[in-house]
This record gives sequence, C-alpha cells and structure tokens, in this order.
Amino acid sequence: MTKNILLVGVGGQGTILTSKILSQGLLEAGHDVKMAEIHGMSQRGGSVTTQIRYGDKVYSPVIEKGTADIIVSFERSEALRWLEYLKDDGILILNEHQIQPFTVTLNLSEYPEDLIEEYKSKVENFKSYNAFDMAKELGNSKVMNIILLGSLVKYIGLEDIDWKQVIKDNVPEKFVDLNIQAYEKGYSI
Amino acid sequence: MKTLMTGNEAIARGAYEAGVLVASSYPGTPSTEIMENFSKYEDVYAEWAPNEKVAAEVAIGAAVRGVRSFASMKHVGVNVAADPFMSYAYHGSNGGFVLITADEPNMFSSQNEQDNRLYAKHAKVALIEPSNSQECIDYMKYAYNISEKYDTTVLFRVTTRICHSKTVVELGDRVVPEVKQFEKNQKKYIMVPAHSRERHPQIEKNLEELRKYSNNCPLNRFEMGDTSIGIICNGVSYEYAKEVMGDNASYLKVGFSNPLPDEMIKDFANKVDKLYVIEENEPFMETQIKSWGVDCIGKELFPICGEFSPELIREKLLGIKPEVSHTTELQAPSRPPVLCAGCPHRGLYQELKKYKNKAFFSGDIGCYTLGYLPPLEAMDFSVCMGGSVTAAQGFQRGNEMAEDTKYKAFALIGDSTFFHSGITGLINMTYNDTPITTIILDNSITAMTGHQDNPNTGVTASGEITNKIDIEKLCVACGVKEENIVTIDPYDLLATKNAIKMGYDSEEPFVIIAKRECALLKPIIKERENMKCKVDPDKCTFCKSCLRTGCPALQIKDDKVFIDESQCNGCTVCLQVCPFDAIEKVGE
Repeated sequence: MTKNILLVGVGGQGTILTSKILSQGLLEAGHDVKMAEIHGMSQRGGSVTTQIRYGDKVYSPVIEKGTADIIVSFERSEALRWLEYLKDDGILILNEHQIQPFTVTLNLSEYPEDLIEEYKSKVENFKSYNAFDMAKELGNSKVMNIILLGSLVKYIGLEDIDWKQVIKDNVPEKFVDLNIQAYEKGYSI
Repeated sequence: MKTLMTGNEAIARGAYEAGVLVASSYPGTPSTEIMENFSKYEDVYAEWAPNEKVAAEVAIGAAVRGVRSFASMKHVGVNVAADPFMSYAYHGSNGGFVLITADEPNMFSSQNEQDNRLYAKHAKVALIEPSNSQECIDYMKYAYNISEKYDTTVLFRVTTRICHSKTVVELGDRVVPEVKQFEKNQKKYIMVPAHSRERHPQIEKNLEELRKYSNNCPLNRFEMGDTSIGIICNGVSYEYAKEVMGDNASYLKVGFSNPLPDEMIKDFANKVDKLYVIEENEPFMETQIKSWGVDCIGKELFPICGEFSPELIREKLLGIKPEVSHTTELQAPSRPPVLCAGCPHRGLYQELKKYKNKAFFSGDIGCYTLGYLPPLEAMDFSVCMGGSVTAAQGFQRGNEMAEDTKYKAFALIGDSTFFHSGITGLINMTYNDTPITTIILDNSITAMTGHQDNPNTGVTASGEITNKIDIEKLCVACGVKEENIVTIDPYDLLATKNAIKMGYDSEEPFVIIAKRECALLKPIIKERENMKCKVDPDKCTFCKSCLRTGCPALQIKDDKVFIDESQCNGCTVCLQVCPFDAIEKVGE
C-alpha cells in the first residue's frame, strides 16, 4: 500500500532538506520512493510543497486529493491550501509560526484568524505547536524543519529507520548535534 | 547501488555513463540542474554558455570533432538555439549529439507552454521521452547510440515533473567510446544550398530508417493487461495512467516518439477495444495516429492546457472524482513569489516606481521580473530573454511617430540576461541612436535559477577562476558615451533617484548600472550576518511607508511594524524611506 506525505510551507523554510532526509531514509528501509517538488520562481518567498510517496511499487510522483496520510504544514496558514488532500483519517501536523506575505501587510489579502480552532474542528488527528520558537530556544531557528521531521516520524510510525544517521549524512558536521537535538525535540512532542 | 535522483541528476548521470566529454548549457527552470550536476563529474568539459544558441553550437562543434556532447536548456531556450538546431539536423552527426529540452506543462516558472516535441518533427530528428529517472539514465545511453548509428541529432524531451521528481535509480559504469576521427567533409559540414539539396533527401532516408527502428526498439513497448481499454502514453503521463489503471488496461508506452512506431500503434489499436492517447500539451501523437485512419480518443477528453495528474486521468477516464473529506471555508492568504529581503532590486524599483505615470518599463526575464508585482509595480512589459532593450526602442520610436511622449521608454535587464541577448539590443540602441535608458540590474550572478555563474562572475561552471567581462567597458564598446553611463549602488536610494532622473532627462542613449550582489549569495549572507534593521515601536506611527517597499521581512504586530530578524540583512531601504526615523541599523 502506497503512503503519501505532503510537506507544505513557504520558500526558504527548509522543506527541501526535510524531504531529502525523509526520502533517503525511506529508500534505505527498502521502499520504492518517489518525491515531487517544484523549484524556481515559486521558491522566492512563495508557497512551496513537496510530495513524497512510498510503498512496494510507486508510479506517480504526485499525490491525489483525499489521499495524503499526513500533511506537515511549516507555516500556520499554508495547510489551508492543501486540506482537501488529506485523507479521511489523515494526520495534520502544524507549525503555528506565522509568516505574513506582503499581500497581508499591504491589506491586499487577509490572514485568517482562529486558524488553529478551524483545523481542530476539521481534522481529528491534529497536532500543533510553534516549531520556530522551539528551534530558537535550541539556538537556531533554521532547525525548525528537523523538529517537524521528528514529529512526522513519530505520528506516521517510521521509528524503525535510523533517522539520526540519515540526518548526519545530510547536514554539515558542525550542525549535526543541533539537528539531532531538534529531531529528538520533535519526536518527544 | 540504488539511490534516489531527480530526472535532471539522472540525465547528467546518463550522459556521464554514456561517455559524454563536452557539454554546454544556459540555465533555465526546469533544466538547470542537468548542467549543475554534470559539471561535478571528473574528466568532462562542462560550461555555462551566455545563451542557448551558443550552448548548442559549442556542443555541435564537439560532436563534429567526434566526441559525444549535449546542450541542455529549458523549452523556450530551444527557440534561441533553433537556428543551429534546425540546420545541423541536415549535417547528421559524427560524435553523438543530444539536445535536451526541459518543457514545462503548467508553466511553474515559464512564460509559455510550448510543446517541443513539435521541434523534432520540424527539424526531422529523433525524439526520446523518458518517464522517470532510471529511464533518464538508460535512454541517454540509447540516445547516443541512435545519434551515431542513424546520423541524426536526438532531441531528448523531459518535463518539469520528470526533471524535479526524485525516483529510484541504479547506477552503471561509465564507458567512453573511442573518440571518432574528424574527417574533413565539406558536403556534410557546410550547409550551402548545393550541399543542403543533397543532404535533405538523405535526412528523409534516415527518417525512414528511424521509423523502422522505432517499431523495433526497447524504448517503445506493449504492457498488456485488460484489453477493453488501450492507452498510448509518453513521459510522466505513463506513470499517471499506470497509477490509475494498473492492470485494468493495456499500454503502449512510447519512449521513442519521432518517428512514431506506426506499425506498433496500428497493431496495438487492433488488440484493444477502446483506444486512448494520453499526452500532456499538444496532440502530437494523436494527430498523427488519426491521420492514419486509426480511431482514438485524445484531446476531446484530456486538456491541452496545464499538466496532468492521476486525479485528472481518473476523472476523465473513469468519471471518478476524488473523495474529499476535509474542506474549509477559510482561504489561505495569497502568497506569490516576492523579491527577497535585502534584494538589491528593491531599492531600484522603490525609486523607479515614482516614474510610473511618465515612463514605460520594458522588462526582461529574471528575479527582477517580480518588480511587476505590487507594491512596486514598475514593469509594463516582458516577452522573452533580451527583449527588454529592443522593445523599449520600438516603443520609443512608436512614441515619436505618434507624436506622443507621455511615456519615456526604459529597459530593465539583469546581468545574465544582458550577456544572454541584451548586448545586440544595446548595439542597436546606439547604432540607431535611440534615446532610451537601459538599466542593467547587476547582481553579479544568474540568480533566479539558483546562482549559476556567468561571464560577469569570473568563475566557470566547474568553479575555476576565469576572465571576467566588464559590463561598463562593454557598454562603452557598444557605443554608449562614457558620460551617459552611471553606475550606482541600489541600496543607496538618493544615488539611485539621481541616476534615474538623469536617465529620464537624457536625450541620448543612456545606461544605468545598478550594481550590488544578490543578497542570497553565501559569502554575502555571511558578510551581512549580523547586520539588521530594527523598528523603534515608540517612534513607529504605522504610516506603512516601509511596507510599500514590499520587503517580506517587514511584519505587523499590534498595529506596529516589526522586522523579522531571520530574514533581514540590514539593506536599510526601509530605514531610508521611513519619514519618522523609526528604523535604525544595528550590528556590523
């Protein structure tokens, strides 16, 4: 059975590194893996998504509506765009951190209030916290993505894979400890 | 060893394993990473060219010499390379030559949705289309064998979803075939009319041989399942169709698509009850298949515009809509791409926008195209690489002929785009003495595609130090008077304002070089790591002047502006526009 993971956020939040670590771990665990992302113009502060699919045999690299097993939203409002992709009993992990686009600061578009309440009322399997603040407490806001990875691993049940080793393989040596701490933090939530 | 690769990494790997020795490219989404990855291999020559025509010609020259070569580019890049591509098709090949085109259904980062399979038919060359990364590796090797055996160029066509999807691959060893001798042969290598008239019939003969090959090659294959539905498909559409139909349909997977495997297709049509052609964008296969009198369903069901998905195929083929269980009335705020915090273009646009009602801003292709968006909105036109300078001239001449000078014409072009195809426009500007102002936004890198070197950086594709071409001297050499060239730092708003005024007032060809490195370059990030701007909430009146620079680091909390430290690089554009001195610079 193919599993579907959706990472959504804002360009520059580290979704691409997260998906790289994730897909490498899944491959090493013996799964067929496909991952789709869009680079280029949409990266510059715009909405970004990465789609990861794994199982015995995967054909399409992209996910269909109503089939995502888990959505990890790196920014508070971005999950709204992708809620339709979550399957009936799917899990939503939300980073409560908010990034206002210029359309909001200039009153061209509205940033909805009561978002957390909305998600809570719509999604049974919902977990949210502020990964940005937690990462800052650890010493670097950039490891926010690895905190979210830790939670993702826990909630989708991928503990069998040695994620710490995969993290080591993918981040510069001097940041390994910080990233492992971030992973553990996310896993503990 | 099994590993994950994007299609672009895999194409580079396939070229490497096939023994390619020379490759040239101009960056363009979604093709850029092909050359980025190929340039990392040992024992190859890899270069960034100033444009796609140059890249194709360099690769062609290498193939004539007898080595295997490729040129890679985005779909619209093939338009730039079309001149050598079309005529070299008559030469055939010596060493194998592959032109890689990365097409972009749905235009994530492009100005049109052209389907470059049509170029293969137009130029009468072989066409190969892989469906995943493993096929990118394998088919590249086929491509070189085909190019050399059938004396043809191979057009290797991929799309965004192939280029940027990671799938599992198994790596092979590199085999470099013996470099072919170059034997002088004017009839093959000089396309004058007398030779071309002889070559054209030969190309037609080659095509017939390729047609036979197409019907007997492993790139085209049947996958027989339930025969009530037959699907002819290519590229990523094959993966989508398999995802949706599995064994409940039969497939003719087309990986070699010019010339099409006509006999296989007719045979397949006889084996199945209902025949569908599933291909993104143009009805390239469908039109040909229908012309043979074979009944099939294609574009009457599947759209020409945009990209496909398993969802779309499920709905069109089976009438099944996705089961959506989570919906919301709330809408996410619109979040278009934006000039980054600290982007040097912001300062320029901040001053330029004041001329909105008296200037025509002819734009170009790059990060700076984002200057069209609110709140800057200082761009009125953009068509293709290099088109800014020339279109501004045409606009100005139109002004003169219409005797209406309401809008003075400005051209806005980045450094990489200037080297790509802006130089000829600048020469035209001075040669025909057209009084426009060309602004070169020099951020010293090809930024939009993710920081590739160019003639302005002094570094090659493989990271070696090389000759750096001086833009200012180049402008002088192109005939712009030295007193009509002004170089400014766009972080300095006063200097920027003054330069724009000079450009506006000038009655001669005028150039402004707005020079400041891209804020995202690693050394620049490090250099400015501790430089920040900070809002004093007691002084902030929430007048929103700073917000109108469109900087994404500026956020709002409790009716005050605050600056997101993690984004800010202390460029001070907001500080300079604040009328209440509420913003200060901190850190060095």
